Amino acid sequence: MTATFTVEGLKVAIGAANVLRGVSLEVQPGEVRGLVGESGAGKSMLGRAVLGLLPANAAVTAGRIAFEGRDLLAMAEAERRRLLGRRIALIPQDPMTSLNPVKRIGAQIGNLLRHHLDLSKRTALARAAELLTEVAIREPERVLALYPHEISGGMRQRVLIAMAFACDPALVIADEPTTALDVTVQRQVLQLVERLRLRHGSAVLFVTHDLGVVAKICRSMTVLHAGRVLEEGETANVLTRPRHAYTRALLAATPRADRPAEALRPVPPALIEQLWSEAHRLDDVAAVDAA
Amino acid sequence: MRWGELIRRLVLVPPTLFGVAVIVFVLLRVVPGDPIAMMIPPGASEADIGRLRALYGLDQPILQQFATWLGQVASGDFGRSISVRQRVLELLLARLPATIELALLATMIAVVLGVVAALAGILLRGRRAEWIVDGGIGMLLAIPDFLWALILLLLFGVLIPLLPISGRIDPEIDLNLRSNFYLIESVLAGRFDIAFALLHHMILPAVALALPFAALVARLLKASLAEAEDQDYAQIARARGYSRPNILLHEVFPNALIPTVALGGVQVTLLLGGTVLVERIFSYEGIGNMAIDAVINRDFPLIQGLVLTFAVLFIALNLVVDLVVTMLDPRLRYG
Amino acid sequence: MADIAVTSIATPPSRLLAGLKRGGPRLWLGAALVALLVLAAIFAPLLAPHDPLEQDLMSAQLPPAWMTGGEPAYLLGTDSLGRCVLSRLIYSARTAVMVALIAATLAAAIGVALGLLAGSFGGWVDQFISRLIDVWMAFPPVLLSIVLAAVIGAGLTSVIAAIVVVDWTRFARVIRAETMVQLTRDYAAAARVIGLSRVKLLRLEILPNLVPLLVTLLAVEMGIAILVEVILSFVGISVAGDTPTWGSMIAEGRQIVYQAPWIMALPIVCIITSVIGLNLFGDGLRHALDPVQRS
Repeated sequence: MTATFTVEGLKVAIGAANVLRGVSLEVQPGEVRGLVGESGAGKSMLGRAVLGLLPANAAVTAGRIAFEGRDLLAMAEAERRRLLGRRIALIPQDPMTSLNPVKRIGAQIGNLLRHHLDLSKRTALARAAELLTEVAIREPERVLALYPHEISGGMRQRVLIAMAFACDPALVIADEPTTALDVTVQRQVLQLVERLRLRHGSAVLFVTHDLGVVAKICRSMTVLHAGRVLEEGETANVLTRPRHAYTRALLAATPRADRPAEALRPVPPALIEQLWSEAHRLDDVAAVDAA
Repeated sequence: MRWGELIRRLVLVPPTLFGVAVIVFVLLRVVPGDPIAMMIPPGASEADIGRLRALYGLDQPILQQFATWLGQVASGDFGRSISVRQRVLELLLARLPATIELALLATMIAVVLGVVAALAGILLRGRRAEWIVDGGIGMLLAIPDFLWALILLLLFGVLIPLLPISGRIDPEIDLNLRSNFYLIESVLAGRFDIAFALLHHMILPAVALALPFAALVARLLKASLAEAEDQDYAQIARARGYSRPNILLHEVFPNALIPTVALGGVQVTLLLGGTVLVERIFSYEGIGNMAIDAVINRDFPLIQGLVLTFAVLFIALNLVVDLVVTMLDPRLRYG
Repeated sequence: MADIAVTSIATPPSRLLAGLKRGGPRLWLGAALVALLVLAAIFAPLLAPHDPLEQDLMSAQLPPAWMTGGEPAYLLGTDSLGRCVLSRLIYSARTAVMVALIAATLAAAIGVALGLLAGSFGGWVDQFISRLIDVWMAFPPVLLSIVLAAVIGAGLTSVIAAIVVVDWTRFARVIRAETMVQLTRDYAAAARVIGLSRVKLLRLEILPNLVPLLVTLLAVEMGIAILVEVILSFVGISVAGDTPTWGSMIAEGRQIVYQAPWIMALPIVCIITSVIGLNLFGDGLRHALDPVQRS
């Protein structure tokens, strides 16, 4: 079976700085994979590279991003645009800034549906209302006529989730969709993502720094640090038997209900040392690979 | 609430106009310069001069003169012009349409040019050719409208004599129109020969007025487009498979329009003020040209009427801009 | 940190160099054009080949020397009274520079004082000054200066007065807003904590931070002053009599534009060069003086 999504040896550089240094990962059809790491680890950059949203000064310097076996980076612009938003969708990080402030919700969902699915204006609006019902928005017709500033942050995030699943995508990239929300809303959003991915049969790449979230909804996970994959596998395995000191440090920093929170500690020098030597070993491996 | 803000602005209109009236009135009277001296024929007697003075109320104390004038203005009477010897209101109503048509035409040209330049600039964003657009905008902006008027007059009126350089329309054309809005009426009535003859005369002054304003629109709009394009919703639109031109037009433009209108709309007053000289340069019969004559002739009633007219136009423009911004931005409509 | 302003004289050389570099070609080109204008104004008697008032009706309306019918004695030709156009252009620069310097400085002085008052005191002082600016903004500036110059009477003083009275608002508005912004910054709060009085705070902390902005405004205002002088002399209410000015040359040229277009064209070229020079210079200086790139 072809993986839905494959990244092989992806390297991204901003100017002279390498932000991704040869990342590989796979997402199988219907799989929910967590992509974790602290800020600056490069996890958001990976998502951006997939969606063609790299900042102007950043560039992919090596590697392959394949969607259902086809190389996204080598694909013609027009062809890639047909995939984006339809087969590959995004749940963005900040619901407050991710909707166009001067367009009604209905127009925003409707345009997306019509852009990819060739629907009439009326069918598109009807479909938009159905989508809002799917994300548990009551009175969908009323909400369609509202502007983004007239609904709450949690509701906006649900609208964005509805838009992500609107065209039955094979892959949804969720870019820290819960970070900007408060805790009670977070849980609802996670449940929604879970419900919609099952209904639409989508795989999800869930980008987050929150191991608690990963534990809740991801079957497998990949740990990213300083632009490299440190560890990956079944979530249960990685979380209970972390092979890597960095993952252990991340785990220790995650607050849990079953034990008092530990104070946040700076990363111990010994760990930095270890990571450093590891990074160099990996460089050697990469050099051998390239040769 | 937004309506509250609008009412507040409306309430401020009368005091502002009153302030303008006071300043003009006082300015004209405390400084030297005698209108009567300019209209009397040589050899007039002291008694004649005294009678003229009394006729125009200039023998009264200033406060008295002001009160009389204000009372007249409130009842729609702007007094009689000293130099042209007609009612000021009649003169204004006869000439104002010419200026309004010129300013409207110039605004339309400026908006079209400005939007095209801004879109060209934003499409070239980050490329080397972007500075050509920026440089061109800077040049247009640095040279004011009356210099453009002189340059255009030299280029297209004299060196390459394509267009007439004076007047509003050829005097031999039989207009036979009901209003003084020649251009608007002739277009509405379908008399395109007249409309064409009018445009023939208006195009140079209108372009002269339009160029600096177009540059301003272009600069504001381009900066707003660039800012809006960097916002999350525009970035996400790319991740949804929309093409860049599509995003610029449908997602970014409606947002960029709001600051552009808010900041640029007010500057239409500059264009309006520019008509004074541009009309003079092209001998165009609007209120701007008339204003200069009025000043040179020390025609107090006419100057007062003209300045008030400009002030009303300025204030009205500001209010219209506010309303348009409110219409464009859903966030301002209620809360 | 970011808010440390470079004040004028005490700037160490390294910072001066860095500043000049930030100014870029704008600064150099602008400075060159401005220098040209100022030198022409100062050395007008040495540079001008003829007395600008000397009439020679026998050689009236001569075209520039390189055109057919031109004479080498009159490099840029003569006007309808046979006066040397080049000499008149050079002497006009004197009037322009004088008006620009004095008017812009005075307008800045008044505008900055009122802007600082409004921006730092707030309350009814701010209300009063803001309303005053509102009323001023309701006038068409060109018309207002024409009215002013006309009622005050012809002469250099009246031109300058007209510009100052109309244009102080340009400074007041910007300085008021910027003062308010600066007062909310941490360094202003810190200065208050260490007990600086309001006047000292304004003089020592706020004003230095306004210098880059002020310099740009001044340069732009000089350009505007030159333009207003041109307008007033074009309309015929500037300096008295036969003092040469670019504006009066244009007005004369407009009358005979079909016969002798160069008489109108040449002063226009001078005006555009001066105004663009001042704009570039101001823009370059702002970049040179402002360590934080505020666009």
